[in-house]
Amino acid sequence: MAAATPIGCGRGAAVSCIGAGVRIVTCTSVYHPRVTAPVLELRAIAKRYEGNPVLKGVSLTAAAGEIHALVGENGAGKSTLMNILFGMPVIRETGGYEGEILLDGKPARFDSPQQAMAAGLGMVHQEFMLLPGFAVAENIKLNREPTRRGLLSRVAGRKLETLDRARMGADTRAALDRVGLSIDEWALVAGLPVGHLQFVEIAREVDRSRARVVIFDEPTAVLTESEAREMLRVMRDLARGGLAILFITHRLDEIFEVASRITVLRDGEVVATLDPARTSAVHVAELMVGRPAKVAAAHVVQTHGADAPAPVLSVRDLAVAMPGERVDGVTLELRRGEILGIGGLAGQGKTGIANGIMGLYPATGSVAVEGRPLPLGDPRAAIRAGLAFVSEDRRGVGLLLDESIELNMVLTALEVQGRFLRKFPISGLRLANRKAVRAHAQAMIRRLDVRCTGPAQQVRRLSGGNQQKVCLARAMTQEPRILLVSEPTRGIDVGAKARVLEVLTELHLAGVSLIITSSELVELRSICDRIAIVHAGRIAAVLPPDAPDAAFGLAMAGEQDLAS
Amino acid sequence: MSLASRARAGAAHHSVPILFATLCLAGALVAHIKPSFLASEMLLRFSRNGLLVLSLLVPILAGLGLNFGIVIGAMAGQIAAILVVYWGGSGIGGLGAAALLATPIAIVFGLATGMIFNRAKGREMVSGLIAGFLANGLYQIVFLFMIGSIIPFHSPSMVLPQGYGLRNTVDLTSIQYAMDDLVPLKVAIEGSAVRVPVATLALIGLFGIFNLWFLRTKLGQELRAMGQDPHVAAIAGIPVERNRLIATILSTVLAAWGQLLFLQNLGTLNTYNSHEQVGMFSIAALLVSGATVTRATVPQAFLGTILFHTLFVVSPLAGKALAGDAQIGEYFRVFVAYGVITAALVLHAWRKERE
Amino acid sequence: MSGPADPVTGGAGEDAGGARGGAPGGPPAPPADASPPPGPVSRVRALARAAGVPRLVIGFFLIVLFAIAVATRMDVPGLLTDSLARIARNGLLVLALLPAIRGGLGLNFGLPLGIVCGLTGCVVSLNAGMKGWAGLGAAALIGLLLSIPVGWGYGAILNRTRGQEMMVGTYLGFAAVSGMSIFWLLAPFHNPQLVWALGGIGLRTTLSLSGAYDKLLDRFLAFEIAGISVPTGTLLLFAGFCALTALFFRTRWGITIAAARANPRFARAAGISYTATRTQAAILSTALGALGIVVFAQSYGFVQLYTAPLYMAFPAVACLLIGGATVSNATVLHVIVGTVLFQSILTVALPVTSQVVQGDISETARLVIQNGMILYALTRREKR
Repeated sequence: MAAATPIGCGRGAAVSCIGAGVRIVTCTSVYHPRVTAPVLELRAIAKRYEGNPVLKGVSLTAAAGEIHALVGENGAGKSTLMNILFGMPVIRETGGYEGEILLDGKPARFDSPQQAMAAGLGMVHQEFMLLPGFAVAENIKLNREPTRRGLLSRVAGRKLETLDRARMGADTRAALDRVGLSIDEWALVAGLPVGHLQFVEIAREVDRSRARVVIFDEPTAVLTESEAREMLRVMRDLARGGLAILFITHRLDEIFEVASRITVLRDGEVVATLDPARTSAVHVAELMVGRPAKVAAAHVVQTHGADAPAPVLSVRDLAVAMPGERVDGVTLELRRGEILGIGGLAGQGKTGIANGIMGLYPATGSVAVEGRPLPLGDPRAAIRAGLAFVSEDRRGVGLLLDESIELNMVLTALEVQGRFLRKFPISGLRLANRKAVRAHAQAMIRRLDVRCTGPAQQVRRLSGGNQQKVCLARAMTQEPRILLVSEPTRGIDVGAKARVLEVLTELHLAGVSLIITSSELVELRSICDRIAIVHAGRIAAVLPPDAPDAAFGLAMAGEQDLAS
Repeated sequence: MSLASRARAGAAHHSVPILFATLCLAGALVAHIKPSFLASEMLLRFSRNGLLVLSLLVPILAGLGLNFGIVIGAMAGQIAAILVVYWGGSGIGGLGAAALLATPIAIVFGLATGMIFNRAKGREMVSGLIAGFLANGLYQIVFLFMIGSIIPFHSPSMVLPQGYGLRNTVDLTSIQYAMDDLVPLKVAIEGSAVRVPVATLALIGLFGIFNLWFLRTKLGQELRAMGQDPHVAAIAGIPVERNRLIATILSTVLAAWGQLLFLQNLGTLNTYNSHEQVGMFSIAALLVSGATVTRATVPQAFLGTILFHTLFVVSPLAGKALAGDAQIGEYFRVFVAYGVITAALVLHAWRKERE
Repeated sequence: MSGPADPVTGGAGEDAGGARGGAPGGPPAPPADASPPPGPVSRVRALARAAGVPRLVIGFFLIVLFAIAVATRMDVPGLLTDSLARIARNGLLVLALLPAIRGGLGLNFGLPLGIVCGLTGCVVSLNAGMKGWAGLGAAALIGLLLSIPVGWGYGAILNRTRGQEMMVGTYLGFAAVSGMSIFWLLAPFHNPQLVWALGGIGLRTTLSLSGAYDKLLDRFLAFEIAGISVPTGTLLLFAGFCALTALFFRTRWGITIAAARANPRFARAAGISYTATRTQAAILSTALGALGIVVFAQSYGFVQLYTAPLYMAFPAVACLLIGGATVSNATVLHVIVGTVLFQSILTVALPVTSQVVQGDISETARLVIQNGMILYALTRREKR
């Protein structure tokens, strides 16, 4: 696939997609990428973080004049790849990388962002690398300012040369014009609207005389629709001007507007390199998320009487302000004793639902547990109502890394439910019952098969999978009626994965109702009774696990009509 | 915006210095201080402390916050002064020699302080404060116990009778007014002759101009970038750690020279006390002008010096007039100094929190 | 301003994929295999490493000084008596720092805030002419009551100044002490034993406790052994508070405070407010500080007003750090070991060295050790 030259499709060309229906996908017709040797080539890039392979031999190329889209879920390895390419120190500090980077056919190695930039690489970051107190021109010229030699500098060195503000202004004006931004080059960045900032970043890259390759890292994430369209236009112009562009995103509609090639990254590997004219958003969505579900067919679990019972948790018009995972109005019900799965692409909002129900982020709407309304934004109330949560961010939210396994396991139950405490009139001053804690921890360690040296071991020392088991144990210790689990098997080894899924099934059989949020569609289809797919902050579809693959793909790509 | 609303906005923005000016004025009125006395005191104290306050500007620019470590620079200046007097220097030649001698000492001290700052990122101010205390202890060890015993020092007038340890006061009349009187000028205000230290003021002005010029250089721009966001600066290739060392060294050297200007005006050196409050008073003076932990300009440095040191003079006199006890005034001015620094620190941390 | 946070990997890199500029967390080491039991040499070395360089160095110097004292036939029992007295005197003040560190406030340089509360208690009780246990109790009670609103306000300010607590605390303490100085000058205290003879207004700089409750605790159940006078009452009080504090951090409240500091986001998920626990820690620290100065005053025999409390936080902090604590972690053991080591070396240094060196080298040595220790703690790159 990679060798084929993408052909620009004619404007208004119709592309049929898998499944029913025909969808018009427009590509820009004016765009004809030249057939040239690639400017940038990555060969078999591999990287491990502490023994865990994060990139497993990624190869791709970027040619001048083309926009090459790189898509993948969070955790697929995109950020690591960019860190390697850009010479970020964290790569060196954690053992370097394998594989080769070739610039114009010659091997190159970048040990710092400055080296990468000097060689012609530019990056428009996700987080703006701008100084708010500086003017636009000062930002664009940061550390590359044109200077004038003066008296003192002849004595004391280059650093004391005065800045040539006239030339700074002129160069900046030219760069801004190239990008189509009409703001004053001496305006302070702090006063600019957010939409302009991205363009200032681009202008900075473009100003570099030797810029050959520009990497755009999720550039439209914080832009409005019209700003995003402007951004894409700028991208096309820059490509036409001869730059090679790597466009990292997971917004599928944008890719199909500008990209001439798509590479899908999953779990550190290149899954496919596609010609946008010969594929569809649905196909790309499927590739991003998992292997086609044929493999999982054997694991479809029998639903046991999940059609009659009353809802144990009902959510109405839930909107959650979780950065990056906004929820815009979700209505669903969890029936007693069922396992409900929530799936969808990253950034579409699936993670926000459980977080919003548990009160970790500001939310509006209504949630009721067993018919009783649950106050939102109050984690304590949620816990007291019988909900327990295993967060997707296990190191950030889920654990006290420097504390013992046993403390981590009993903490929520101890603090909120007042368990594992000895008697004392003042409840706040009740001593922790060490023996009970230890006994409970040992029982949990046995049940979950946590590989450790003992209940007193520091949680930091455990592997990812075992840490996840500790998080699960803490939720189980609360003896919840409803368990919300986010990304239960993300980034953990196969053995731990299996055990975690087993335990979840055991809980289910014991009568606990579960909501599992996961990016692994295969996993959801293997143990859930129903699966809700989230797109753009709303439920796109609620499907049984044995629904056709296409249905899942369509829902995730947002091609499905909104099912309420 | 109408004139009235613009005036109100201006007043709000400059509330701190306005408050102080009002306090000074009120105190001066209450204590019936003669304007000539006030004018001469302001002139005197400005020329004495101006350079010390200026030395704080570069670290603020570079994002190091308030350099409580200028005490260490002051010590370098003092060491040079002691040595020059010991070797019999006098006049402007002696002062110049002291400045020359103080420079390498201050560079070494500044380098050490800068390395401490680099190891204590995020805690520069508190580390500078403690480093100052520690340096004071080491200074005492050298001058209380090693001078005359381990370090040969043959000057009975400077050494304690027990044979080692420097006396509490060192007479600096040999270099007194060396700079002040370089261009001798005395102005008569209301009958009394007021000494105008032309050369000193010119020197301070020169350093002020140097500061302004420095902002327009490549290095100045790099420091400004670091002061706003060290991460962005680092990604752009600016050598952040190295520049922090340079900024600290510059500050320490200026503080050393500043202390020399201070001492040549005073004429005596309190061996163990002169430098102690230098940090606190200079910082309070800077902050009184409305400067903050992250932003301070040359005009603010000058304005603050004048305001703070005026309050310094006025407060005990006002206390005596109001309550019959000068002591209240003395406590009050110290309280003001501490209070101003506390307020600036709280405001700074509060703003940082909100980002 | 930043792009969308990575929800799955929490922005700070997980096992799969590192975020920009941030390395994923600590090593997920495989479970330790059973290793052969450590031999004596490696055990000593492990102990030494655990003890830490500062403790070893100071311990070494202490032993050397005592050895010199014995060799030069000094009054060793007298030295030990003085050491015990100083340990007992300062212990509670050092302990006061513990809730602040465990609560996430760092080194509580704002200890003078609690100290002036305690001093006010002493002054009020003295002014009312109270003596004995009643006087001591009243001083402690008043100090304690004052410390609650003061600690609450202190906590409120610290919560708005996260990241700069140490600096803000230092200068709040300084400002409070100098503000109180004005108060001592103007306050409505009229007991002739306390105020200046001339004018009758304004408290004296130092107020004597003799006749009131001077050494009341020290002498309680005091006994002599081998020529050493043991200030039992104060030591018992210190030990008691140490035990209570250690126990406190095993109670629900204490565990909550410590957990909130360890991971505020974790705490949030359990419905715990990190802001609330920090304020509680500030109140506890200030209250212990108030009690600590009352104990200090009765042991010392004088109530020192005006600028005396200005720098009192620093020796206490140094004691704690010498005991092995860091800016983010401290235990009761650190308090005890540190107080014993630091106070002993201060007590012993002057008499021993004055045989050789004229002048008070112990004061200078104190400055160097104390501030050197604090600076070392501030510039340590802590292992994460």
